[in-house]
Amino acid sequence: MGRYVLRRLLQLIPVFFGTTLLIYWLVWAVPGDPFAGKCGERPCSPGFIATMTEKYHLDDPWPVQYVHYMANLLTGDFGETFGQRPISDIIIQAYPNTLKLATVALTIEALIGLTAGVVTGLRRNGFLDNLVLISTLFLLAIPVFVLGFVLQFLLGVQLGIIEPTVRDGAPWADLIVPGFVLGSGSMAYVARLTRTSIAENRRADYVRTAIAKGLPMRRVVGVHLLRNSLIPVITFLGTDLGSLMSGAIITEGIFRINGIGGAVYRAITTKESATVVGIVVVLVMVYLLMNLLVDLLYAALDPRIRYE
Amino acid sequence: MSDPTAAMVTAPQAAEPGVVTDTPPDAGRPGEGASKDKPRGLLGDAWYDLRRKPLFWISAAFILFFVIMAAFPWLFTQTDPNFAELSRSRQGPSADAWFGTDIQGRDIYARVIYGSRASILVAVAATIGTVLIGATVGVIAGFRGGWIDQLLSRIGDVFFGLPFVLGAIVILSQFNGPGTHRGEWAIMGLVIAVLIILAWPVSMRIMRSTVLATKNADYILAARALGASNTRIIFRHLIPNCLAPVLVYATILVGAFISTEAALSYLGVGLQTPVVSWGVMIASAQNLIRVSPYMLLFPAGALVLAVLSFVMLGEAVREALDPKMR
Repeated sequence: MGRYVLRRLLQLIPVFFGTTLLIYWLVWAVPGDPFAGKCGERPCSPGFIATMTEKYHLDDPWPVQYVHYMANLLTGDFGETFGQRPISDIIIQAYPNTLKLATVALTIEALIGLTAGVVTGLRRNGFLDNLVLISTLFLLAIPVFVLGFVLQFLLGVQLGIIEPTVRDGAPWADLIVPGFVLGSGSMAYVARLTRTSIAENRRADYVRTAIAKGLPMRRVVGVHLLRNSLIPVITFLGTDLGSLMSGAIITEGIFRINGIGGAVYRAITTKESATVVGIVVVLVMVYLLMNLLVDLLYAALDPRIRYE
Repeated sequence: MSDPTAAMVTAPQAAEPGVVTDTPPDAGRPGEGASKDKPRGLLGDAWYDLRRKPLFWISAAFILFFVIMAAFPWLFTQTDPNFAELSRSRQGPSADAWFGTDIQGRDIYARVIYGSRASILVAVAATIGTVLIGATVGVIAGFRGGWIDQLLSRIGDVFFGLPFVLGAIVILSQFNGPGTHRGEWAIMGLVIAVLIILAWPVSMRIMRSTVLATKNADYILAARALGASNTRIIFRHLIPNCLAPVLVYATILVGAFISTEAALSYLGVGLQTPVVSWGVMIASAQNLIRVSPYMLLFPAGALVLAVLSFVMLGEAVREALDPKMR
């Protein structure tokens, strides 16, 4: 196990540098004047251009710029926007909201998805089973932004049950519907995954043994069946949390949540290259670490899996 | 070494439609005995299963409908989707314009019909590209192993590490941001390329793991013992037997890409106005949802229906191909 963790960590290093290099190249190395439109309706002053060129080493070829940037980053310096606001400031301000949203989405998808999956997996081909199958198909097929708009319009504007947009500071209650929208696709997937997994394991020998021993059904399902069936589900939820945390650009946009996805989208549209790179690097790091964590969790949960 | 011996070693060859030309395809159907004589391969089995599923036929019918709509839109409407008449701006559905008109006075029904073309074209082209590139790299990585596998897997990881929507926005806004004016085909090509670049690692991983699991199967070893070349093993034995998982993935991917294309267009970095697509229509309708909800409703409905039929097809194909579900 220790050697496996070490190997995975070592594998992570080239991937991290490769991904960030790719992003850096995409954002900075594409031809075009980086100062175009940065100073309002007039050209930037020579002093500003000189400062910024020196700060981001814009005179050097881009691989050199990348090395400089990474060296700064490893000391915790994310750089500044063109308006000289520290980028770490933006991240610290926006990230808690994204984390809240991701937590709400994950909770909703885990609660509803798991319940639906367990109930239908135990009773296949009933009315409820077909209902869940059909509704999950629909949830999988509806794009996030359509669902977001429709719910915002129906619940927020027409019926007035929820706030159409999330208020300042993102209180938990306001995040329930956005969280549902964000997690809807994964919720459907969790339900189906659980259903298949439960249905498959229900015929396993150890379940028959548990029933033959005379254990109450509650214990057979709750302890023996669930623990073995939930392994793939939990790994999926882990990976999903990784992608949820890397920004819900669309959901945050619809419900006007001040999150990391919105911040990076604004930075992209205003060509704040340094901000884009800074935020994306953080997101990639979170994403890669979550995936690593899931792999390790997998080994811990399923004793049959042994990594050499 | 001769062909017949190789054909004997690998049973699933019958799955390839081109191979079983010696007997007409219907010969096995009337009597049960006849069909038992000829061993069916994995894909043949799946097809046999699929034919009995109503879900498959329903989704196939819908997909056929959408494909005809994309290929011959003039069969459904005579109106030019880009013909704008401001005096008809934002009129509700009527006998004249079935789905109403948008803010420019363009006929929404015609635009929904013509919009299918861009949406489906982008999704199908991107899926074919993704599967071709991903599967090729996956087969090479899995079959070769060693440092080649390590290198290709890490390259795949690099692209996999980019969050999908975020990566697409970053790339597209650099090459296709607001203010750039490209032709219809250039925009579509760009979106297709971006989808392929960001999605290929998944199909590569699927293919690689299938190849790894199959590489040491008895019939591969037998073919090798008979002196078959690597090329022959890969194309005649490995690929036909490893196709199933990636095929299932591809079917679902078409639906996912239709919806991703719409999302990117909605964000303003995907397809843009000279192109008619469902995503573009939804993007232009979003601010008017309170006053004219039908502007959003019809393109969104078409989008959901198209995605749904591909997801259903994928579901049917998966059930047919996955032996655990039998």
